[in-house]
Amino acid sequence: MSVAAAFFYLFAGVLVASAFMVIASRNPVHSVLFLILCFVNAAGLFILIGAEFLGLILVVVYVGAVAVLFLFVVMMLDVDFVELRQGFLQYLPIGVLVGLVFLAELVLVVGSWASSATLATAPAVTQAVSGLTNTQQLGRVLYTEYVYFFQAAGMVLLVAMIGAIVLTLRHKPNVKRQDISAQVARTPKDGMDVVKVRPGQGI
Amino acid sequence: MHPLLPPLGAVLPELVLALAAIVLLLVGAIRGERSANLVTGLAIAVLAAVFILVLLKPAVPVVAFNGALVIDPFSRFMKALALLGATVSLIMSVDWLNREQQNKFEYAVLVLIATLGMMMLVSAGDLIALYLGLELMSLSLYVIAAINRDSVRSTEAGLKYFVLGALSSGMLLYGASLLYGFTGTVNFEGIAKAATTPTLGLIFGIVFVMAGLCFKVSAVPFHMWTPDVYEGAPTPVTAFFATAPKVAAMAVFLRVAIEALPNVTHQWQQIIAFVSIASMVLGAFAAIGQKNIKRLLAYSSIGHMGFALVGLAAATPEGVRGVMVYMAIYVAMTLGSFACVLAMRRNGRAVETIDDLSGLARTRPLMALALAGLMFSLAGIPPLAGFLAKYYVFLAAIQAGLYGLAVIGVLASVVGAYYYLRIVKIMYFDEPADAFDPMPGELKAVLSVSGLFTVFYFLWPAPLIDAAGAAARALF
Repeated sequence: MSVAAAFFYLFAGVLVASAFMVIASRNPVHSVLFLILCFVNAAGLFILIGAEFLGLILVVVYVGAVAVLFLFVVMMLDVDFVELRQGFLQYLPIGVLVGLVFLAELVLVVGSWASSATLATAPAVTQAVSGLTNTQQLGRVLYTEYVYFFQAAGMVLLVAMIGAIVLTLRHKPNVKRQDISAQVARTPKDGMDVVKVRPGQGI
Repeated sequence: MHPLLPPLGAVLPELVLALAAIVLLLVGAIRGERSANLVTGLAIAVLAAVFILVLLKPAVPVVAFNGALVIDPFSRFMKALALLGATVSLIMSVDWLNREQQNKFEYAVLVLIATLGMMMLVSAGDLIALYLGLELMSLSLYVIAAINRDSVRSTEAGLKYFVLGALSSGMLLYGASLLYGFTGTVNFEGIAKAATTPTLGLIFGIVFVMAGLCFKVSAVPFHMWTPDVYEGAPTPVTAFFATAPKVAAMAVFLRVAIEALPNVTHQWQQIIAFVSIASMVLGAFAAIGQKNIKRLLAYSSIGHMGFALVGLAAATPEGVRGVMVYMAIYVAMTLGSFACVLAMRRNGRAVETIDDLSGLARTRPLMALALAGLMFSLAGIPPLAGFLAKYYVFLAAIQAGLYGLAVIGVLASVVGAYYYLRIVKIMYFDEPADAFDPMPGELKAVLSVSGLFTVFYFLWPAPLIDAAGAAARALF
């Protein structure tokens, strides 16, 4: 058994086990941590097949951003996960049925695709250039052939940003904000008031 | 010359619109809440400028970005129509939003971005451009529907639209992936070449793509969101929803059916015929019981999409011409009707039940006259514009041998005439309610142009028909 195969079985085994633990563990924070383990192992699998860009993006985006976001959501929202999980067995038959239908459909689609003589051997849309890392190769097509889609996707993200702000941001009139210039410009004269109190008179 | 430069010239209108949206967003962000009217005014100017840019472009077909973007007479016609709808509905919204104190600068920016999505959609030459254009348009529309975030109805409309829209996007994507899987390309021309024999996977793909597109044009059985969203969203937003996005979605529907699937016409013709019959019948019957004028117009728009799809079911150049003429006249009539709905305000508050219109002929005779003309036209009474629109689609259906479809369509329009004429009856023969507040000038202008157009269109129909005919031939 070669080293690559050993690593494949290691990553794949840990991946499947941690994916199972995501849905099996009782503590939601543990679930998120297992999810992170899951992502990192998937990234390892990507690197094994030579897709190092995808692997690193998976770590940066999913581990760095999405999983942390999940952690925040789990910790800040008071969701009663025990209650959510009640009745899990009750839904199991329907869930299994839906899963089986999906599986059958996948087999049908892939089967008819593989049995077609022309489709399975169709050439890739973009040919790989030898001697370049796949980060460079992706960059080459992304900013030339697909620049239109790339810019359009940028506009879609802009809409998402505007939408989130428009629908949720509220300017509260009575919020006290830190004003650093006002703080720095304060002199002892503004802040202090020396009062001479004569005995027996009070202020 | 650099290889990127020619396509940039071809996408000049889109580029102007995108840059203008970003600049206006910055203007709004820097100047704060007070800039709403300034940004809206500038947005209207930008939309008008882009409208002129689109019309000035020579009608030479251009294909840019490896076939992702197609500029031809068809896309020019539909883009001009969508831009017209967006511009006029933005003009109509200014006064209403100011009075309801809901005027935010983001509204105008989102309308600009939605319009950009529509233009990408109309020009889409492959499935990726189609999906990106559709999402750019839809995501902006979801936000606009919920723009009045303190109103439960508006947020409910936005949420409903978002959830159902996401479902339909999923179906469309699934269909697109099947089409790609079974033809080996995302390009419409490539799909047309590869899809010569209807295989099972291909038919599944067609069905799912068409389901996604039917949702966007709100055709039965994917119409459920329409009445709720139309009722819940602020009225100017509803006016926008009823015009520009419908045009763009119908345009891409035509392009996918005619340009990408010309060799499997029989497969999708049945789907379109069913959807069209169901929309016409549901639009006619479900509108009868409505009390809210916005819900009524929602069902009316479902019915009208059914009539327009009759032309697509014919799958001939005449049929596509019929759809385009229908959409143009539909936009004109709808903008006029919504100008009336926006003017329905009593003691400073917006009202929207049909009974509020009672006796309008005595309190505001001119508005009642214009609305009556529009209602007769929507019902399809000769010789008004709405009749001619229906005439061209039914003519195409009969030429293509779809007699059953044409007969059901005519019967549905007879049923539909009942509820349009009921509004006329309420306005002219019921006891007058209190008078509405004075109508703002821009609504008067829109209503009179739209009313005059629908009433006198039959005198000079040739320019629109010829332009639509030339544009329709570009697809075949």
